[in-house]
Amino acid sequence: MSENTAMEERAAIFDKAMLGKLADWAQSSWRTIVVVLPYAWLLIFFLAPFFIVAKISLAELLIASPPFSRMIEWTDSGIMTIRLVFDNFAYIFEDDLYMSTYLNSLKISTISTFLCLLIGYPIAYGIVRSGPVAKNLLLFAIILPFWTSFLLRVYAWMGLLADQGTINNLLISLGLIDEPIRMLYTEFAVYVGIVYTYMPFMILPLYANMEKLDGSLNEAAADLGSKPTNTFFTITLPLTTPGIIAGGLLVFIPATGEYVIPDLLGGGNVLMIGRLLYDEFHRNFDWPVASAVAIVLLILLVLPMTIYQYYQGKSTGGA
Amino acid sequence: MYGSRSRFLTIMLWLGMAFLYIPMILLVIYSFNYSKIVPVWGGWSLRWYIHLFQSEEVWNAVILSLQIGVVNATFAVLLGTLAGLAMVRFGQFRGRTLFGGMLVAPLVMPEVITGLSLLLLFITMKDLIGWPADRGFTTITIAHITFSMAYVAVIIQSRLTGMGEDLEEAALDLGAKPFRVLKDITLPRLAPGMISGWLLAFTLSLDDLVIASFVTGPGANTLPILIYARIRLGLRPDINALATIIILVVAVGVAAAAIIMHRHQKRIAQEQQMAAAETA
Repeated sequence: MSENTAMEERAAIFDKAMLGKLADWAQSSWRTIVVVLPYAWLLIFFLAPFFIVAKISLAELLIASPPFSRMIEWTDSGIMTIRLVFDNFAYIFEDDLYMSTYLNSLKISTISTFLCLLIGYPIAYGIVRSGPVAKNLLLFAIILPFWTSFLLRVYAWMGLLADQGTINNLLISLGLIDEPIRMLYTEFAVYVGIVYTYMPFMILPLYANMEKLDGSLNEAAADLGSKPTNTFFTITLPLTTPGIIAGGLLVFIPATGEYVIPDLLGGGNVLMIGRLLYDEFHRNFDWPVASAVAIVLLILLVLPMTIYQYYQGKSTGGA
Repeated sequence: MYGSRSRFLTIMLWLGMAFLYIPMILLVIYSFNYSKIVPVWGGWSLRWYIHLFQSEEVWNAVILSLQIGVVNATFAVLLGTLAGLAMVRFGQFRGRTLFGGMLVAPLVMPEVITGLSLLLLFITMKDLIGWPADRGFTTITIAHITFSMAYVAVIIQSRLTGMGEDLEEAALDLGAKPFRVLKDITLPRLAPGMISGWLLAFTLSLDDLVIASFVTGPGANTLPILIYARIRLGLRPDINALATIIILVVAVGVAAAAIIMHRHQKRIAQEQQMAAAETA
């Protein structure tokens, strides 16, 4: 307390009114500042943009700048008219291209999520069961690729999967095949790319969940004569459901809207909605349709996102 | 629960590590390839590194990306820390549910949607208030802060929850004002979390392609935008060289950060032991 009053005295010598007021203000309203700054930022740069996307999805394509019609127009006599055009949504739902692309995206992200779980689960379990030193090193090894460039990890697979790439070269030199197998620019390459780049997102939530498990339950089951596989399916697997859900959603949601992987590894042969949206916007300059595609994608992902948020809120202990 | 790892789990671990690391090791090896065609081996050489260092385009992209990364990380830590404090320490306040939702959503939002919506926002803002006049450094940085602060907030929230409130409560009981408790107790204890948050935000910014390519303007090419433009058309040995440098820098940086954190934690543990011994 004495330090505080000494400081206040010193401040008073410099500028009694100004600094004193400023200090009072900081003392009394810092809580408001703490909330208001990040809140305002997110309202302006995260929430407001979605309303703009929704607005443009209900506009008409115009050859103008900006290339869409206005929602609210004032006639000469001062009457406000509101125009909502649902053509873009009708167009998306009637055109086979969009529907099959949405379905294909959901198929690819669902299968990729299962593949990530199938490979990631034993890895996460293996890490939990390792000694303390090995555990830290393994965790480090899982996290390290996450810090390197996503783009370059996808690029690495272009070199492996190309017709003249490492895998084909190896198989030919071993005499197993005569002609290169086409792998790059196929759906297979997209699966490999998604599983490879999203694997850490599956392993880390699983690990966090498994580490909290009580090992004595497994011991008790073994003492009572349960076989390891039986113990796994009746005890371990049900107890790790929160980790499976969190990891699965962290793979499924972004994979559904993925753009880079289908573009670089799928070439023109794999239709995914993120890529279609990007092309609609950047190549066709059809902003209203691109916005409508984004809104439909968002609606598809609202449920998985809400579930994720529920689990996230529980695990950080915020809610 | 460690010590008993079955053979199946050990094999899966080794296969998993091979799956994660072999592609990157090959990427590095081929960067030293003399041949212009990436998968055809033409002997060891550093020609692609020399080629890379002579490219002004690459240097400009590196500088732009680093500038955006530093400004982004600093603002993201500031806003993310405030957001984390508000969520964990302020109890109920009006609009908390919406706030929590907006803090988690950027973590899982598909990048194409975030990119498109921010670009449309910037265009609308320019229409209404004339700012931002040009797209480039400013718009990319704002976009990056928006998703990076959500990641920082997650780190800060879990640290605050783990720390508990005992020390803060003790200080309040001894008559410290809440603002002073925040400044002298909470924030210093949050420092390691803020450092990890800064590093994560910096890396996320350096890594982002999709959002940046939506909100950038003519001439403002970040490093991922430049790399992407080059590899869209196929394999390029100079990109292998660039990848090798990035992997090297990241590996050294992350290892150094891990060692420093480990030492810091050890020192705190020792100090606590000594303090306990003195009071005993």
